[in-house]
Amino acid sequence: MIEIIDLHKSFNGQEVLKGVNLTIHDKEIITIMGKSGCGKSVLIKHIIGLLMPDKGKVLVDGVDITGLEPKELDIIREKFGVLFQGGALFDSLNVYGNVAFQLMEKTRLSKMEIQDRVMHALADVGLKGVENKYTAELSGGMKKRVALARALITEPSIVLFDEPTTGLDPILSSSMQKLITSTHEKYGYTGVVISHDVPKIFEVANSVAMLYNGIIIDAGTPDEIKRSNNPVVRQFITGGIEGPIGVMD
Amino acid sequence: MEKLLRILGSWALSILRRMGHMFLFLLNSFYFIFIPPFKFKLLLRQIRFFGNKSMAVILLTGAFTGMVLALQLYYILRKFGSDALLGPGIALSLIRELGPVLSALMVTGRAGSALTAEIGMMRITEQIDALTAMGLNPMRYLIVPSIAAAIIVFPLLTAIFDVIGIYGGYVVGVEILGINSGTYFSLMKDYVDMEDVMIGLYKSLSFGVIVSWVCCYKGFYTGYGAEGVSKATTEAVVISSILILVWDYFLGSVLL
Repeated sequence: MIEIIDLHKSFNGQEVLKGVNLTIHDKEIITIMGKSGCGKSVLIKHIIGLLMPDKGKVLVDGVDITGLEPKELDIIREKFGVLFQGGALFDSLNVYGNVAFQLMEKTRLSKMEIQDRVMHALADVGLKGVENKYTAELSGGMKKRVALARALITEPSIVLFDEPTTGLDPILSSSMQKLITSTHEKYGYTGVVISHDVPKIFEVANSVAMLYNGIIIDAGTPDEIKRSNNPVVRQFITGGIEGPIGVMD
Repeated sequence: MEKLLRILGSWALSILRRMGHMFLFLLNSFYFIFIPPFKFKLLLRQIRFFGNKSMAVILLTGAFTGMVLALQLYYILRKFGSDALLGPGIALSLIRELGPVLSALMVTGRAGSALTAEIGMMRITEQIDALTAMGLNPMRYLIVPSIAAAIIVFPLLTAIFDVIGIYGGYVVGVEILGINSGTYFSLMKDYVDMEDVMIGLYKSLSFGVIVSWVCCYKGFYTGYGAEGVSKATTEAVVISSILILVWDYFLGSVLL
C-alpha cells in the first residue's frame, strides 16, 4: 500500500504540491488525472523517491521513504517498475539491452534465463523481432511498449505509468490501455497511472483521483468520478472551456 | 550601499554554493572509482569515446603546433646564434607546456562538449531518472567511467600530441629551414629530462580530471530542454578551458 500524507513541494518559490493526501491500495490501478503542468509527474516522482518533499510523507508498504538513506531507498525501489513519459530508453543500448539491463545489473541470472525473460516480456507487450533495434529506429508506440516491457521485467509489485498514452494515436492509445489491463491481470501489480486521457483511462482504473491546484480534490471509483458534482472534475471530464479551470492557468 | 552589499553577498554565496556542489560531485565520483563493482565495459567505452572523438584533431593540431613552433623558435634562436637548440626548444615547449594544455583544450572542444551533451540529453529524456528508479546509481554508470577514462586517455593523447609536434617541428626545422637532422634529435636527448616528461604527465592527468569533472557535472545538472543542454555544453567548454589555463599556471609555478 502507498500512503501519501500532506505532501508539499515547491520549485523556485512556486508551490506545486500543497498538501496532497492519497492512499493507493494493493493490486488496484489508480489513475491520477489533472491538467497539464498541475504536478502529476512531480507527485509520481515523489512516490519512487526521485524527488524529496519539502514537507509530508510517502509511505510504501508502511516505510516512510522520505527519510531513507540512498542505499535503503534503492532497496525500496526494487519493488517498483516505472514507465516514463517518453519511455526513457537508453539510447546506447538496443531493445534487448534495455529490457535486460536491470536483470543483468541486479541479478545473477544466467544469460539463457535473462534471454528467456526478455523474450517473454517483449511478447507480453506484443513485440517480436525488434530485439536488435536501437531506440532511434522505433516508433513512439513501440518505444512505450519496450519501456513497459522494461518496467515489468523484474515483476515489480508496483508499476508507475507516467502518461502512458500521451503522444499516441487513438488506436495505439487504446492498445496501450489494453496492455496495462492485460499485464495487470498477469502480474497483479499495484498500478499508478498518470494521465489526462479521459474518459478512456477510466476503463483501466479501479479508482481515480483528480489533482488540482496542488491537492487531490476528488477521488473514488471511475463511476463515482463520472458522477462527481465537483465543478472542476466535471469540467475536466467534459473538456469544457468555460468553468473553474482557466484555460490559460 | 546596504542593498549593494546584500546583492554582492548573495552573489558570492551563490557562487560558493555552486562551487561546493561541484566539489562534492567530484569527491563522490572519486569515491565510486575505488568502490566495486567496477564497470570495465563502460570504462572501455568511454576510453574509446575520448580517443575516437579526439584522435584526428590531436594529430592535426599537434603537427601544426610543432611546425609553427619550429618557425617561431628558429627566428628567435637565430638572432642569438643558437639555432642548433631548435630541437630541444620545441621538445621542451611541447612536453612541459603546449602538449598538455593544447591537447586538453582540443579534447574539451571535441569530446568534452559531446560528453556534456550526451549526459544532458540523458537527463532531459529521463534516462538518468530511469537508472535511479531501477535502484542503480547513475554516478557509477555515467560519471565514474568518464572520469576514469579521461585520467587514462589524457596523458596518452598528450604523448601523441608531443610526438607528432616534435616530428612537425622536424619537418619545418630540418627539411625546410636546414637544421642538421642529428643535431635536432641528439640535443633533445641532452636537454629534455625525465622531470620535464613527468611535469607534462602531471599536467595532463589533472587536466583529464578537470575536463571530465566539469563536462560531466554540467551535463548531469543541465537545464530544461534543448536550450538547457546547449547552454550546459557551452558553459562546460568555457569553464573547462578557463580552468585548464588557470590550473596550468598554478601547476607551472609550483612545479617549475
